[in-house]
Amino acid sequence: MAPPRSSAPPTRAIETRAKLVPVVSTLAGSAIALLPTVALSPAWPPFGLLMLLAWRLLRPELWPAWVGLPLGLADDLLTGQTLGTGMVTWTACLMLADMVEVRLLWRDYWQEWLLAATAIALAILCAWAIACWTGGAAPVRLVIPQIVASVLCFPIIGRLCAILDRWRLATGKIRASD
Amino acid sequence: MKAPTRNRRPGFSRRAQYGLFLSYVVAVTGMLVGLGLIAIAHVDPDGFAAVRGAALDATTPISSLERGMVRGVGDMVDGVAAYVAAGSKNVAMARELDADRRALVRLRILALENDRLRRTLRLVDNRPATVAVARIVGSTGVSSRRYATLDAGSNQGVRPGQPVRSAEGLIGHVVYAGAIASRVLLITDNASVVPVRMARGGMPALAAGRGDGSIELRPLGAGGNPFNRGDIVLTSGTGGLYPPDVPVAVVVRKEGDVAVAWPLANPSQLDYAMVEQAFAGLPPPPIAPPPQHSGRH
Repeated sequence: MAPPRSSAPPTRAIETRAKLVPVVSTLAGSAIALLPTVALSPAWPPFGLLMLLAWRLLRPELWPAWVGLPLGLADDLLTGQTLGTGMVTWTACLMLADMVEVRLLWRDYWQEWLLAATAIALAILCAWAIACWTGGAAPVRLVIPQIVASVLCFPIIGRLCAILDRWRLATGKIRASD
Repeated sequence: MKAPTRNRRPGFSRRAQYGLFLSYVVAVTGMLVGLGLIAIAHVDPDGFAAVRGAALDATTPISSLERGMVRGVGDMVDGVAAYVAAGSKNVAMARELDADRRALVRLRILALENDRLRRTLRLVDNRPATVAVARIVGSTGVSSRRYATLDAGSNQGVRPGQPVRSAEGLIGHVVYAGAIASRVLLITDNASVVPVRMARGGMPALAAGRGDGSIELRPLGAGGNPFNRGDIVLTSGTGGLYPPDVPVAVVVRKEGDVAVAWPLANPSQLDYAMVEQAFAGLPPPPIAPPPQHSGRH
């Protein structure tokens, strides 16, 4: 889709796309849980959470902290976790990122990865604790491979977010405000 | 290196400051609501069945579509693997087939005899009817609970609480059902406990899931660990949920007082599952109770 005039103001459709792409890609990350495999142990990384963190760290001004509530609820419904798990852990992750960010003067790749790894590990352990409390969960040694896999997956997801970000802002005159 | 963006700091705009503050208020309130939902789930694990059922209905067709692709790839891998060591496998299978044929003849004679004896005793066979035959199309691979998704729901007569089995053995029971899909708690989940008995000797035990694909067998009788490697346990029908005499698991090793078993029905093969009526009644009483002692029922 080529823009009609090069210096035209951003059309409504492009603005909508710029807003929708992060939300839809996060939902798609949650929907990876719908792949028809029957796992004997918690094996899949929570791709929805990885997408959320990647967008948050790439574009801090994109979302307010409460966006974790609807996206987390959608993740709960898609992945079949106890309702409320995603709402609480995702919002907590976003607020953790906010808290760390105002204290940091400079930020680089490794700090970003460390922050994401901490948030992922806390979120998975918190979800595990909630599953324990509401019925029964696997022994905690079984979620460690999931945490490791998620942390290792994060740079790839971050790269994917960057590609999506370039695409969603490519047409028209929208630029991120930083 | 880049400096973190500072434009979340709203500056002197009173309006922007209030907006940022309000977003945190909303976030914290929402988290409290989420904690409330979790507390409700702690008290009533089957709550919000309508919402979760509707979400399941909306997403299961996707899994059903993808299932064909995954199966195709799996079959391809199996097909290639079948050619590895084909000769020795063939010899072993021919030997096994011979043994199985002899066993099959014995079994047919036994089935005939069993049938005749049942008729002689006028034993009422109240085996519960099958509600639906459906496919397992997915599971909760992210969560640390073990649920599977079944592509049959309340339109097909599936209700929460009904036991689910396959031809090989017990799979679990339905937790909540949408209109066209339902969620099954697998017997390998930590919250699942199935009353079982040993096929050899009939010793009662409890089969509790361990969350990693295996099952822990706790014997109910006193005195030692009665299990041996290779023992098969069947449902006992106690409690009235699962029908009796469904194969559950095979013992793989002993661990002190308990035994670790592996379920006979492997849900990861994504095969057909049968949903049955909840086995409401008790197992049929023995026809000729010994009249001398009537201490225990």
